[in-house]
Amino acid sequence: MTHQHFSPYDVIIIGGGATGAGIARDCSLRGLSVLVVERSDIATGATGRNHGLLHSGARYAVTDRESAVECIQENNILKNIASHCVEKTEGLFLSLPEDDLSYQSKFVQSCRDAGISAEIIDPGEALLMEPAANKEIIGAVKVPDGSIDPFRLTLSNSIDAQTHGGKLLTYHEVTDLIINQHTVIGVKAYDFKTKETKYLYANIVVNAAGIWGQHISTYADIKINMFPAKGSLLIFGHRINRFVLNRCRKPADADILVPGDTICLIGTTSIHVPYNEIDNMYVTPDEVDKLIHEGEKLSPILAHTRILRAYAGVRPLVAADDDPTGRNISRGIVLLDHQKRDGLSGYITITGGKLMTYRLMAEMATDLICKKLNIDAICVTATTKLPGSNEKTKEVSTKMYTVPASIRESAIYRHGEMAQDIPNATSISNSLVCECEEVSAGEVHYAKENLNVNNLTDLRRRTRVGMGTCQGALCACRAVGLINQLKKEKNSAQSKEDLSQFLNERWKGIYPISWGDSLRESEYTSWVYESVCGLNSPENTQAI
Amino acid sequence: MEAASISHNNFEQCIKCTICTVYCPVLKVNPAFPGPKHGGPDHERLRLKNPEFYDEALKYCLNCKRCEVACPSNVKIGDIIQSARIKHQKKPGKIRDFLLAHTDFMGTMATSFAPLINPVLGLGISKAALDGVLSIDRHRAFPKYTGQKFETWMKKQAETQSRYPEQVSYFHGCYVNYNNPQLGKDLVKIFNALGIGVQMLKNEKCCGVPLISNGYIGKAQKNGKSNLKAIRESVMDKNIPIVASSSSCTFTLRDEYPHLLDIDNTEVREHIEYATRYIYRLFSNPDRIKKLKFTDRKLNVVYHVPCHMKKMGWEIYTIELLKLIPNIKLTTFDSNCCGIAGTYGFKKENYKASQEIGKPLFDMIERSGADYVVSDCETCKWQIDMSTSQTCHHPLSFLAQILTN
Repeated sequence: MTHQHFSPYDVIIIGGGATGAGIARDCSLRGLSVLVVERSDIATGATGRNHGLLHSGARYAVTDRESAVECIQENNILKNIASHCVEKTEGLFLSLPEDDLSYQSKFVQSCRDAGISAEIIDPGEALLMEPAANKEIIGAVKVPDGSIDPFRLTLSNSIDAQTHGGKLLTYHEVTDLIINQHTVIGVKAYDFKTKETKYLYANIVVNAAGIWGQHISTYADIKINMFPAKGSLLIFGHRINRFVLNRCRKPADADILVPGDTICLIGTTSIHVPYNEIDNMYVTPDEVDKLIHEGEKLSPILAHTRILRAYAGVRPLVAADDDPTGRNISRGIVLLDHQKRDGLSGYITITGGKLMTYRLMAEMATDLICKKLNIDAICVTATTKLPGSNEKTKEVSTKMYTVPASIRESAIYRHGEMAQDIPNATSISNSLVCECEEVSAGEVHYAKENLNVNNLTDLRRRTRVGMGTCQGALCACRAVGLINQLKKEKNSAQSKEDLSQFLNERWKGIYPISWGDSLRESEYTSWVYESVCGLNSPENTQAI
Repeated sequence: MEAASISHNNFEQCIKCTICTVYCPVLKVNPAFPGPKHGGPDHERLRLKNPEFYDEALKYCLNCKRCEVACPSNVKIGDIIQSARIKHQKKPGKIRDFLLAHTDFMGTMATSFAPLINPVLGLGISKAALDGVLSIDRHRAFPKYTGQKFETWMKKQAETQSRYPEQVSYFHGCYVNYNNPQLGKDLVKIFNALGIGVQMLKNEKCCGVPLISNGYIGKAQKNGKSNLKAIRESVMDKNIPIVASSSSCTFTLRDEYPHLLDIDNTEVREHIEYATRYIYRLFSNPDRIKKLKFTDRKLNVVYHVPCHMKKMGWEIYTIELLKLIPNIKLTTFDSNCCGIAGTYGFKKENYKASQEIGKPLFDMIERSGADYVVSDCETCKWQIDMSTSQTCHHPLSFLAQILTN
């Protein structure tokens, strides 16, 4: 055990999701010293397991006006500050013959009341705009939806926090809160890499652990009732739609189809799961059937498009604070000042909310932190652009004209102006590691050296290595080799372990949809890695 | 649900086995070309995301379709690349590409002045001018233009030919019409020997292969529709099958029409035949074979399989037909693209790659010591004639030469 006797941080944030990274950025821009403690990698919880939908708020306009207003405000902010994480695709709310068209007028009115532009489009024109939409539609409304990449967003917030002095510890699990006389003064964290427990101290500890926050609070005997709701999604092999497609009806299962990067995805289902199962999410055959069945109503072509994988996340819904039954669910942002609520100072919880409102949640939490620390600093995150979103992509592209087109455009799409820092001077650095997603050796190098990459899965979140159609068949071994080369202490046994874990994690997502071409492809992958390379052979497994 | 949820998108059937990459002749000599897998199925996803991902380097594709022959997943890789070029490539603008693409226009102009054009095109100074002004490589020998078009000759034969009870419609193509009417005459000679009369299609147009590869899709479609109309008239109304002597024309009429030009030829496709296949299949009737009398000279012949023959899988018919010749020693070369790929090799920027791709073939020919080099494709012939000490013969011309009846 190591006791850290350095001067304490102003703030320790538990959780490296969008909210945690957002708070770290906000705090560090306001001059506070921050440390983020994350038990896995950034954006591994609910942040990385959703639609990646840049809500306009239209989906909530009828049922939840407050959320709708928050969404459209944050939507406009994110389009400006996080332009490299956002694609302004716009969205269509489609009415099918089985839907009640009178809902459309109610929907449009509610959108306008919330400040969301909603334009009724003639169905014929809508089909010209979006050829993938169901030809049977009887109505369409255009709203300012879009798509957002949660990995990039979290990474960019984390980069900015680090640029302003913030620290990030990934693969550190908080195992206890350190409490002294009704005040939380720090956390105990277990370092998975060194297998040490560290004592880390701060004036304020923020619980931004999402669904896992319920467990964190038990260390202080504080009860927060989370209401875990599993949501499953399917990822398709390529983009079939240009617009985000929604059903114009009361929100239900599997009625959003979002185009994101090279793929598109349909979701979600919603099933309440027991709290003790939140670390073990799997997608059932019934959910897969439901997603395809409902999805093809939005876009019939979806039923004949290759599915790459299925995944599930847990929504961090919070039971209303004064309702011990846990039945009264709030979808809004919940900020708990535990000094007021439970008489425990130095500790706050921020939870609920959505990916869309991560910045607002961070602002609210940081405002409270500043108030507690008696610091008078205003929030600038609504207007200060994130790293990567500072230059126009066209200009960056012109500056990088020597790089082959597809590699260049993909790198800029992922990293914005930071793409210029990717090594590209030699044919080696421009050679491809991941052919489906155009990840060059230079980009792997850049990510390993600059973006807190510890393993192949971390690399995937930062570059899309292994997220394309082959799901790692060709790129995994190349990437793991490069990562090992760049390590100070080379360790091929560890790389083989890393490779196995990565491929198994890919298989977990393929398994629920393993038929047709996706199954053929996985057969090919296992043939390459197991039969030809002997990844699971006795000598290799012994080395691990 | 699962059984129904199978992709209809051909490019999604790619499982990234990368076998096509090994068979791509361009990739071996030009590292700037992304290769069939990468430029095809991989980039297709990116192009669907945003057309700006289109890579201009796809212009280096020969459209040889060897990737499609190699693919174990039946992905139409070559078609994916050609379709992307059609959709996204910068519009053609060069006079050179126009001239190379419009073989019928060029042919009509040149045959009128053939005695003048042929020596002029052969002059060093003309070649330098073509090279400098039009970027047509100076090393290229232009095929000679004929003074009398094949069509003109055929019109005079119409009556004789109509006397045969059995008929075929001959799609002669631009090469036979403007450059090598002798090949057409050879075809007529052989078919006549078999007791079959040869007639022309009504108003044959260029099949479109050079138009497609140079980006003139509108014109190619227009030609295609006109040709299909004539073909339908022959096949459907008169019950007369179509026979062509150019492997690339045959391939275009059969496969590129539906795949790239959106022209539905389902009803007539099976009646569009390549000459050697048509003849060989007649021989299921043994009496037919007896009608052809060949020389009994000893012949040492090598056969080069053109890419589009390979794609159709029809080289076997030419090979088997040649094997019927007594005292022939026939060697079929390991399949290797000659590198010219129609008008591709004429372009200055492609000349070097074109010759590097063809080199293994040229070496095989030189080492063979053969009396005759035979190949089905006219542009393979230009390439072999220019790049080796040998002259390449069309199988029909070769047969006509050794026919004794």
